[in-house]
Amino acid sequence: MNPELLTPGGANVRAVHDAFHGDLLEVSMGPHHPSTHGVFRMIVTLDGERIVKLKPVFGYLHRNHEKLGETVSYLGSMPYTDRLDYLSAMTNNWAYAIAVEKLAGQPVPERAEYVRVILAELTRLLNHTCLAGFLMQDCGCSGTPLMYAFREREKILDLFESLSGSRMMCNYQRFGGCRVDPTPAWVDATRTLVGNYGAFLDEFEALLTGNEIIMARTQGVGVLSAALAINAGVTGPMLRATGVASDLRKSDAYGVYPRFQFRVPLGAHGDVYDRYMVRVLEMRESIRILEQALAGLPGGPIMDPKAKLRGFRPKAGEAYGRIEGPKGEIGFYLVSDGGPNPLRYRVRPPSFINLTVLEDMCLGQTVADAVIILGSVDIVLGEVDR
Amino acid sequence: MNAALLFATTGSVLETLPVTLRDLVTGWLPEPLRWLVNSLVGVGTLLAVIGLLFAYLTLAERKILGRIQNRPGPNRTPIPFINLRFFGLAQPFADGVKAITKEDVVPDGADKVLHFLAPVALLAFSIMTLGVIPYGRHLVLLEFDAAVLYFFAAGAATELAVFMAGWASRNKYSLLAAMRALAQLISYELPLLLSVVPAVMLAGSLALPAIVEAQGGWSYGFLPQWHVFTPWGFAGFIIFFISALAESNRSPFDLPEAESELIAGHLTEYSGFKYALFFMAEYFGMCALSGMGVTLFLGGWQAPLPFLEFIPSYVWFGVKLLSLLLVFIWIRATFPRLRMDQLTRFAWKFLVPLALINLGTAAFWSLTAGWSGPLQFVRWAVALALVLVPFTLLGRRLSAGVAPRTYRYAT
Repeated sequence: MNPELLTPGGANVRAVHDAFHGDLLEVSMGPHHPSTHGVFRMIVTLDGERIVKLKPVFGYLHRNHEKLGETVSYLGSMPYTDRLDYLSAMTNNWAYAIAVEKLAGQPVPERAEYVRVILAELTRLLNHTCLAGFLMQDCGCSGTPLMYAFREREKILDLFESLSGSRMMCNYQRFGGCRVDPTPAWVDATRTLVGNYGAFLDEFEALLTGNEIIMARTQGVGVLSAALAINAGVTGPMLRATGVASDLRKSDAYGVYPRFQFRVPLGAHGDVYDRYMVRVLEMRESIRILEQALAGLPGGPIMDPKAKLRGFRPKAGEAYGRIEGPKGEIGFYLVSDGGPNPLRYRVRPPSFINLTVLEDMCLGQTVADAVIILGSVDIVLGEVDR
Repeated sequence: MNAALLFATTGSVLETLPVTLRDLVTGWLPEPLRWLVNSLVGVGTLLAVIGLLFAYLTLAERKILGRIQNRPGPNRTPIPFINLRFFGLAQPFADGVKAITKEDVVPDGADKVLHFLAPVALLAFSIMTLGVIPYGRHLVLLEFDAAVLYFFAAGAATELAVFMAGWASRNKYSLLAAMRALAQLISYELPLLLSVVPAVMLAGSLALPAIVEAQGGWSYGFLPQWHVFTPWGFAGFIIFFISALAESNRSPFDLPEAESELIAGHLTEYSGFKYALFFMAEYFGMCALSGMGVTLFLGGWQAPLPFLEFIPSYVWFGVKLLSLLLVFIWIRATFPRLRMDQLTRFAWKFLVPLALINLGTAAFWSLTAGWSGPLQFVRWAVALALVLVPFTLLGRRLSAGVAPRTYRYAT
């Protein structure tokens, strides 16, 4: 027998304690795990069910996106941006278009700006609805909230399809406007969807937000401090859930956002529940923006008539275009040498940068918590791995 | 008058129909052999009925989950030869064929004997529990005095099989699941048993038919004297039902096979027919616990109203059993899962104290059985207070620190 166990007093107790807590269990969650949201992998070291170390591993979906952007023309990159965050192709398109328009000094007609806002806010609705559904799935609801969320997502995807021809890979924005002019019928369909969306959110919230188990599972779990969030470069709903008022729609005032009345919801605790709630409240604000934008949608051209599509060669220089995507700041940095391709093409992916604080949020929590913390970060591996 | 008589005769004929049929088959056998064959016929019938119930319960679960989730559920499997779909009624058999024909993968490092034994043991224990439940006035397969004890002993043994499965698989997810299963068993066995004790106390017997008989009759001519319609019985039934959810590893207590965390928990390394056996055992366990709940609290095979007594007792039992099973499915479709520490805290700090207090409430109820007139109101008031006050106080303590929040906006 271990002699230490025979000594009386504190040492004895400590030895027993150590005997129980000595062994750590290393579990590899992913890359094929039902709730890592794609091919993400977490190597988790467990003490019982508590996490003492978490090592994220990714890159399984790496496809050389940035190098690819340097080998094709400016417009050639547009469809590739769809595949970054494949839930929000419209905002990716817009951020890339803004970067190129800045580089080339290309103006955008007013109607196109309105349509862009409408599509961006629809994308935000779509993304946050999906996220809420997935998060509830991670909490252990056996599919019901996810299916409700997907029912609404499908309606938005139908709108995208009827406008751009594709449900998810929209490839819709162009430098100096949009590819297709929305028909009055499309605008009416969008108006109907926006009018009904509040009722869906009410139903969803009535079923889930006040649920005792949901609150017990998410409140105080995965707390992220405002200081760490800012230092790590976290943006979007994750940053706002920590209580930092930061929204590019307000601070950058890009597009026609200054014309719309909307508020930016802020959390106070920075936990999973706050992240969920901030997104739900953001959806309600998106509905407000959509109502205003649809009411004020002007006529006129959808493309700047002087915009050059073929033989597009911006003058030498550099530009960084960014917008407030559903997941955070999505930005594109471009360097031009006057040629048809960018000399340097760089993406600032919000879900990759938001993911860097994963271990800090997970330490001391249980395995079950790690799953919902990851779910609340809102990652799409297409964007993380590029 | 004639109609009533007709009802009564057909009622009693139907009531004894299963026994009559059995005697027709085995009646010509010599006495010592008849006992044996009678038992075998009983076991065979039970397995066939419960097996069929299992098959269609899986379909019902998938269909109901589907409807709740805004999708049709399985509806593509045609009935062989006639090629009609009939809402996927052939689905369970297609599933069965698939399970049998699939490759049975055993991990390299697994303990092969235990890995094989676990599903078999689990199924055996689940079937054992089914034997003692009184399915009707004359339909008790295994009638003996310690039926309640036997039921819970066999029921608790199923968790041993789950642990065996987790341990033998040599898989970290399975191991974590096995640990969870054991913790869950120890935590929820206690409230489960404590909630049953009052029913035993009032019937004065551990034999299930006696407990059902004790719930016969109607107070005021319409209110069945089922335990669930008394304050202690209602509380006991809720505690029993919650613990039964946990014991049968059903949502929101499905932590051992938490899909979003542990992939499939202790079932991760099982495939083919062994997996089907686990599935079957889970449903058998669910049926057994629901049957126990019906027997102990919902009056067993007793009819709900006096004029409905002409309907045979086994039909009433079936109706009650199915409604409880539907509640199981309904809960699965709507609730998120608890975390491990919350699960055990819920058992030890909420269910166990409530079940202990409920013991006192039941004792009070049985002592004051003779009270009549205005004293009856006092009896009800005291019993209700004994149930509701601890529930409110403990519930408030349990959900302390968890509340809906209000949010501020940056302009």
